[in-house]
Amino acid sequence: MTEIAANPLDNSFQWPEGGVTRVPYRLYSDPDIYALEHERIFRGPVWNFLCLEIDIANEGDFKTTFVGEIPVIVTRDANGDVHAMVNRCAHKGSLVCLQERGNREHLTCVYHSWTYDLDGQLNGVAFRNGIRGKGGMPKDFDPKKHRLEPLRVQVYCGMVFGTFSDETVPVPEFLGEDMDRHVRRNLGRPLKLLGFHSQVMKHNWKLYAENVRDSYHATLLHTFYTTFKVNRLDMDGGIRLSDDGWHSISYAKRATLDESEEYANAKVHSAQYDSQLEGPEMLDAWPEFEDGITHSIQAVFPSLAIQLTLNSLAVRHFVPRGIDRTELFWMYLGYEGDTEEQTRMRTNQGNLTGAGGLVSLEDGCINEFVERGTRGSAADAAEFLEMGGLDVAPSEGSRATETSIRGFWQGYRNIMGFA
Amino acid sequence: MAVGMAGIVEIDDALLRVHIEDMFSDYVHSIDDDRIEAWPEYFTETGFYQIISREGFEAGHAIGVLHCDGRGMMKDRVKAMREANIFEPHCYCHVMERPRLHRNSADTYSARTNFIVNRTMQNGDMETYACGKYLDLIDVSGDTPRFRRRIVVLDSRRIDILLVYPL
Repeated sequence: MTEIAANPLDNSFQWPEGGVTRVPYRLYSDPDIYALEHERIFRGPVWNFLCLEIDIANEGDFKTTFVGEIPVIVTRDANGDVHAMVNRCAHKGSLVCLQERGNREHLTCVYHSWTYDLDGQLNGVAFRNGIRGKGGMPKDFDPKKHRLEPLRVQVYCGMVFGTFSDETVPVPEFLGEDMDRHVRRNLGRPLKLLGFHSQVMKHNWKLYAENVRDSYHATLLHTFYTTFKVNRLDMDGGIRLSDDGWHSISYAKRATLDESEEYANAKVHSAQYDSQLEGPEMLDAWPEFEDGITHSIQAVFPSLAIQLTLNSLAVRHFVPRGIDRTELFWMYLGYEGDTEEQTRMRTNQGNLTGAGGLVSLEDGCINEFVERGTRGSAADAAEFLEMGGLDVAPSEGSRATETSIRGFWQGYRNIMGFA
Repeated sequence: MAVGMAGIVEIDDALLRVHIEDMFSDYVHSIDDDRIEAWPEYFTETGFYQIISREGFEAGHAIGVLHCDGRGMMKDRVKAMREANIFEPHCYCHVMERPRLHRNSADTYSARTNFIVNRTMQNGDMETYACGKYLDLIDVSGDTPRFRRRIVVLDSRRIDILLVYPL
C-alpha cells in the first residue's frame, strides 16, 4: 500500500490547498491522469460492476462489458460458475467476443481461431503442430501460459463484480456495513429486467460520479420532481457515507413533506412548474419498505449507482469511452415476485429517469456544460465544494450538502496517491 | 366507408391513405417546427406512445427510453419540456419513407415507416440523431386519422446526450 500512496505525477500534479473542497479541473482533461486511473482505480483494489447476474442466467451465457475502457467478458460455465476475463486474445490482442451477449461452449478468436474455455483457459491453437510437419508453435509452447487475463469475480445481490487486484476485500466489506445493508434492501431478491438503454455524454466519467452524488443540485436543476413534490430538500432525508466516504446514499422520506419558506421565497427555477399532472398515473406508487425511505440513490465507487425512487428500481453503470466521453447504461429492474400492477407502476415511473427521464434528462447535458466551461482554464483553477461544510461526514436531515462529492474525492485522492 | 361496388371502396381506400400520409407528415412537421403542443392531438385520447430500442422491442421489454399511456401523459411531457426541463436548444429534421400501410378493419390501419432524424444544435453541430421505424396502429373512425399506438423503434439503444423532443 505504501507504493500506492506515492504520487506518481509528483512533479507535474499537486492537489491544491483546501483538500477535498477544491477539485482541479485538470482532473477532467489530463491524459496522464486518465491513464493512471486505469492502473490505480480500474485495475486497482476496487470492485467494478460487470453485469447483472440475469445477463448470464444460463450455462454457456456470456456478456461483454467494460472496466474503465478495458473490454471484459463475463461467462457462466457448464458447472454454473461465473468467470470474467479481459476480452483480448492472448495472441495478437484482438477482441475475442464481438457480440454483446450470447451463448457458447467455447470462446474463439476469429482472427487465428485460438479457442478458450469459458473460464478463459486456452484450449486450442489452430495449426499448433504446423501443416504437414512444417511451421507450428515452438516445442516449449505452453497453453497454460497464454490464457485470457482473468478478473476475480464475486456475485453479489444479483450483480457480478470483478476486480484485477488480489488485495480487494470481499464486496460486503468493500461496501461497509451500512452500504451493504442498503444494497441488500434494494437488490437482495431475484431480479427481473424490465428494460434498458444507454446514453452517451460528452464529458469525463468523474463528472457523472460527482453528479450522481450531488444532492445539492437535485431539486434545483431537476425541477420536475420539485414541482410535483416528489423529492425536495425540505423532505426528511439525508446522506449516509461509507467509512472512507467514497460510497454514499442520498435518501428522502416523502411522508414528512412540508412547504419550506426557502422554496417559497427563493426565485429558483424549480418554483415555475404547475403542480398538476394530466397523466397522474405516472406517479402511482406503493410503499415498498417499512423504513419510510421513498427515494434513494446509492453511489458505489468507482462507477455504479443504484436507484430506488418511488418504485423505480434501476442500476446505472457509467463507463468511460475516452477522457471526454462517458456512456451511461440504465438497467430497469423489478422483482420476480412483482404483480402485474406493480410492474405497471414501475414501468410508468421509468419515465422519470433515463436519457429521456422527466426528472433526470438534464444530467445528460449538465456535465458537458462543466466540461466545456472549464476548457482553457488556468492550471490551478478548481471546483469550490464547501456546501454543507468542509469535511466528509454523514448528513442527517439535510441534503443541501456536497459531502458525498467530497467523499468521492477523498477516496479518489487516496487510491490515486494524490492525498 | 363507402359501400357498393368494389371499385368505389378501393377509391375511398386510396383517399384515406392520402389522409393518413398527410397526417404522418403533419405529425413530424409539428415536431420539427417546434409546435410541440400539437403532438398529443395526433393520438386518440387513450393512445399509446413509446420510444424503445430495437433490441428491447424484440425482447418484449416494458421499458424503453420513454412512453406515454394516454394523451394526459403526453401533455405532461410537453409541459415539462416547456417549463421544467433544461437542455441546449436544438431542432430535429425528420425524413421518412412512404408509409407501408395495411388495412386491418373498417376502423384501423397498421403501418411501418422508416425514418431518420437529423439534429441541429444551436452552435450549428448537425448529426444523425435517430434512425429506425415507426410501428403504428391508426384509428380512422373519427374526423381525422389518429394514432391508437405509435411505437418508435430505434436501431440504436444509445441516445446521444438526452432525449426531450418526441420522435
